[in-house]
Amino acid sequence: MAEPMKIRATLQGDVADVRVLMAHPMETGQRKDAAGKIVPLHFIQSIGATLNGKPVFSADISQAISRNPVFAFKVKGARAGDTIAITWTDNKGETRTDQAVVRAAP
Amino acid sequence: MQGTRRNLLRLGWSMGLLAAFGAALVRPGRALAAWNKGAFEAKTVAEGMQALGISGAVESKDLVIRAPDIAENGAVVPIDITSGIPGTTAISVFIEKNPFPYAGSFDFSQGAVPFVHLRAKIGESTPVRVVAAAGGRYYSAVKEVKVTIGGCGG
Repeated sequence: MAEPMKIRATLQGDVADVRVLMAHPMETGQRKDAAGKIVPLHFIQSIGATLNGKPVFSADISQAISRNPVFAFKVKGARAGDTIAITWTDNKGETRTDQAVVRAAP
Repeated sequence: MQGTRRNLLRLGWSMGLLAAFGAALVRPGRALAAWNKGAFEAKTVAEGMQALGISGAVESKDLVIRAPDIAENGAVVPIDITSGIPGTTAISVFIEKNPFPYAGSFDFSQGAVPFVHLRAKIGESTPVRVVAAAGGRYYSAVKEVKVTIGGCGG
């Protein structure tokens, strides 16, 4: 089972600044391991994010995204206490969903 | 008896279809566009854009790419993209000299600001091309990123 994501959603005015860190090897299929064998492709392909259940942000990505991907995006009209949920799916069909609560800026 | 069995089978089928349809609905905007294998496996930017149906992109100053001029670590290059073009619904990123240039597309809906921060792997110094879709038209911008491998920076 994949490690949980780290999601932080901070309110700046009425815009939620969302940052997410996903734990994933993002293997490019070009790297060789210590034994000289090519490590097969293993990467996140799709990401979807919702604010209180309504889709706001989605992405289709390639293996060119760095290992343990970090993304940030902004959602207007968010309020403190709203829920941001993020889901990723990789090329092996593994998937993970985590959520976080939007917090007012400290 | 036979009739019931048929009906049950039919019911099963329709429920399966409904479930598949439901799954597609979970991510609107993506429902019709599955992960675009053709675009991701394209070896040139032109082929990638063609597979994505991007054509006639015009250069725009309102599409801003913030990335380091010189990246010391090509494995993690931070890129910020902001579109000031009204009605931007999607941003696509191409790293021209990577083996597979198309790095991904980001879609914005229902209040999402057309901004994204990502970290990409860049194999060698290359132009990074970004295309924004707004109102059925395409806009592009480009930023050169130099990658120093094993060097002590520029």
